[in-house]
Amino acid sequence: MTIVPHMTDVPAQSASEPLPKQPRDLLPLLLPVLLALAMLPLIGSGSTWITLTVASLAMGMMIFIMASGLTLVFGLMDVLNFGHGAFIAVGAYVATLVLLPLASWVQADSLWLNLAVLAPAALAAMAVSGALGLVVERVLILPVYGQHLKQILMTTGGLIVAEQALYALWGPQIIPLPLPTSLRGSFILGDVAIAKYRLLAMGVGLAVFVGIQLVLTRSKIGLLIRAGVENREMVEALGYHIKRLFLGVFMVGSALAGLGGIMWALYREQVHASMGNDLTVLVFIVVIIGGLGSIGGCFIGAILVAMVANYGGFLLPKLALVSNILLMVAILMWRPRGLYAVTSR
Amino acid sequence: MTDLLTLSGVHTHIGRYHILHGVDFAIPEGQTTMLLGRNGAGKTTTLRTIMGLWPASAGSITLAGQRIEKIATPEIARLGVGYVPESMAVFSDLTVKENLVLAARDGAPDTARLEWIFGFFPALKKFWLSRAGALSGGQKQMLSIARAIVEPRQLLLIDEPTKGLAPAIIGALIDCFAELKRRGATILLVEQNFHAAREIGDAVLVMDNGAIVHRGGMADLANDIPLQERLLGLSLEAHQ
Amino acid sequence: MMLLSGDPPRSRLLSVLLIAIVLGLALAPLLFPGAKALNVATKICIFAALVASYDLLLGYTGTVSFAHTMFYGIGSYAIAIALYSLGPSWSAIAIGLVIGLPLAALLALAIGLFSLRVEAIFFAMITLAVASAFLVLASQLSWLTGGEDGRSFQLPELLRPGTVFVKNFFGVPLNGRTLTYYIIFIGCAAMILGLLRVVNSPFGRVLQAVRENRFRAEALGYRTVFHLTYANVLAALVAASAGALNAMALRYAGPDTSLSFAIMLDILLMVVIGGMGTIYGAIIGAAIFILAQNYLQALMGLASNAAAEAGLPLLPGLLHPDRWLLWLGLLFIASVYFFPTGIVGRLRQTAHHATTR
Repeated sequence: MTIVPHMTDVPAQSASEPLPKQPRDLLPLLLPVLLALAMLPLIGSGSTWITLTVASLAMGMMIFIMASGLTLVFGLMDVLNFGHGAFIAVGAYVATLVLLPLASWVQADSLWLNLAVLAPAALAAMAVSGALGLVVERVLILPVYGQHLKQILMTTGGLIVAEQALYALWGPQIIPLPLPTSLRGSFILGDVAIAKYRLLAMGVGLAVFVGIQLVLTRSKIGLLIRAGVENREMVEALGYHIKRLFLGVFMVGSALAGLGGIMWALYREQVHASMGNDLTVLVFIVVIIGGLGSIGGCFIGAILVAMVANYGGFLLPKLALVSNILLMVAILMWRPRGLYAVTSR
Repeated sequence: MTDLLTLSGVHTHIGRYHILHGVDFAIPEGQTTMLLGRNGAGKTTTLRTIMGLWPASAGSITLAGQRIEKIATPEIARLGVGYVPESMAVFSDLTVKENLVLAARDGAPDTARLEWIFGFFPALKKFWLSRAGALSGGQKQMLSIARAIVEPRQLLLIDEPTKGLAPAIIGALIDCFAELKRRGATILLVEQNFHAAREIGDAVLVMDNGAIVHRGGMADLANDIPLQERLLGLSLEAHQ
Repeated sequence: MMLLSGDPPRSRLLSVLLIAIVLGLALAPLLFPGAKALNVATKICIFAALVASYDLLLGYTGTVSFAHTMFYGIGSYAIAIALYSLGPSWSAIAIGLVIGLPLAALLALAIGLFSLRVEAIFFAMITLAVASAFLVLASQLSWLTGGEDGRSFQLPELLRPGTVFVKNFFGVPLNGRTLTYYIIFIGCAAMILGLLRVVNSPFGRVLQAVRENRFRAEALGYRTVFHLTYANVLAALVAASAGALNAMALRYAGPDTSLSFAIMLDILLMVVIGGMGTIYGAIIGAAIFILAQNYLQALMGLASNAAAEAGLPLLPGLLHPDRWLLWLGLLFIASVYFFPTGIVGRLRQTAHHATTR
């Protein structure tokens, strides 16, 4: 990737006649914080609250990783991949190909051995999901580019085929996927227990978020993506092949879904062919809440969904089943196009 | 004088609508050619077809000896065609600087050339690191033009640059076009403002119903009021 | 012609096919007296109506909904729960309908007003989310729905197989089962004719205008959200009615028979194969699809066993009858890509060429 060439910044902005500053819309940013604080008195116990909040953040980060590619692809090309969940499931299955044969390394009580097997598993998951993304983009999306109806139908068909292929190749049974030994258990701080794996998930999720933000704001490719979100034609008229750019973004988005897949599988310690289907719904809700096409909105949306699931599951377990929908309804009542609507389209 | 751009028998369909009905013209190198005509005559479609944004359904478009009617838009841009669309299409989420970085394509924009552009459009220098979306309409037009000329181009396609702008800004744009012309640029300019058109145009093309109905020198048309009325349905003099 | 609302099949072959299917269904209890055959005929009737109502959305308004099985399920469960808890009586059926249909309509109204304001893609995503939540709800609220097991119930006396009207009618007994079948057949036929009337009314033409160009329709003064929502409610009502008939046919309602995503895919496939935006496509699609499902799946099993015996790798798994959906998915993608107008579209095209030549 090319970094924005350093330019003589001679023409610094003069202070005499500043442009009207666009007011930053921070309200959605406050939502998770307010929600977390509001839950504190309801939950009562501080340590439970911390555990639930950490769990929410970890779960939210994983969902964000899975959803980010979907929202980016939509923002850039107005393409909504209903088969996005397939990449999640494929990532998880590919991870088992690495993790199960090397089970002794997974079970070894050595952080280094654990990482030595986790890292290639994650890379393999991302590589295969990314490659599948290439195929899906060429076969299912490009032929019906610009036709929403057919796009939805084709990618839905793709999801079914992928899920069924996983059943055919791996069988219908649930594959257990134990966490590596050094990631089991919790750090104990006073009377608060924080699961190690959750911290890892939060770290990876945050890294992905920061990475995406850096690419979008600091690299030429990021500038092109943002420019493309606004006006594809003009990007082409400046001499850039937006379809190649789009293919790249699609593959990266698919690879991230694969990464999310292995992380989710380790979190649940199992892999199942229907996970893609199940997570598609969750990911859609997050993307809708955030505003189709917005990475920042997706990030907040993922945390909100996870918070509602965790707090709700603790306070009102029955309600937790539909809590996502209620959250979505509430957000859309407030902002019909999601937290951060990507305008222009 | 050789012709840089030649259109011959170009037809364009948009959906089921047939917009261009066999457009023929040639743009001589180093000249500024004005493309005039009523609203809906097909001027914008002509520029978009040259740029490859609408596919030509028949006919040929030749740029410097190379056929381009089947080439994708990015390749046409890379042959050295700068495009300023009617909507200006600045990337409002990006800063002025980032807009120009993308326009320069490979590497940073040339500093001397930037200073030359800032000479006409000082506002761009002033708001260098501001979001383009916060610029005024005139400033956006300046940025859109700057994006097209930040590197030397073989051919500039400019669509109604003065539309809806204040006279002072139109003045700056005309100065810029005059300077570009002095430097030998070849420009195809769609313009409704006759004062602007008369000032910069060397040659003139008039379109109606998707075809060229008149071609000649700008000065000849400017002095022939009956011809203006016949071609455009109203006197250009009265139509500013 | 009155019956068809002035919208004939417009292809001779299509007319022949339709007449054959309708006659076959109308005489099914006499022609195919076996239990399995009658079940297949019942399913074709119900799905023809269900798919036709989906076609009103997909084909005539261009919106993709993933919540159609939810409405179908609401109808099924309403009948099942009413008959299960109130006992087998006609009033229980009436109560089930009086609760189920308005519930489906209200839900469709809410979803429509809520999500049809913005892009079609939004509607598709939201309906998917809502439908999956409903599926979870139905399988979790077991005190009401019977959970994963669903609810089995008894039909009123008159509709039971034990009630014999004529012992031997051209060699076939006419009993409560036959009566149930004809109630379903007539109900579904009425719904399909009703839908045909709707799409050929001025309202139907507005829907098509919205599908072609929403902005233009709005500029012409149509409140597109209301038209789309109205269509959504209408489709939901028909789907719920079809669901109610389905529950009566099966004497059972459960997640797998009325709510699952697999049924949604079946509906999508039938509408695409039959031909979107034609209503007739629903009848053709449902008939072909359900016949294939019932008789081809067995063939897949044979092929899978043969492949296993031959020791071929992978093939036994891919051809296993449980992988029916895999091939459906592929078929689905191929039909969207290669035959977007479906069978009806194809037949009409050929007929059109024949007359213009």
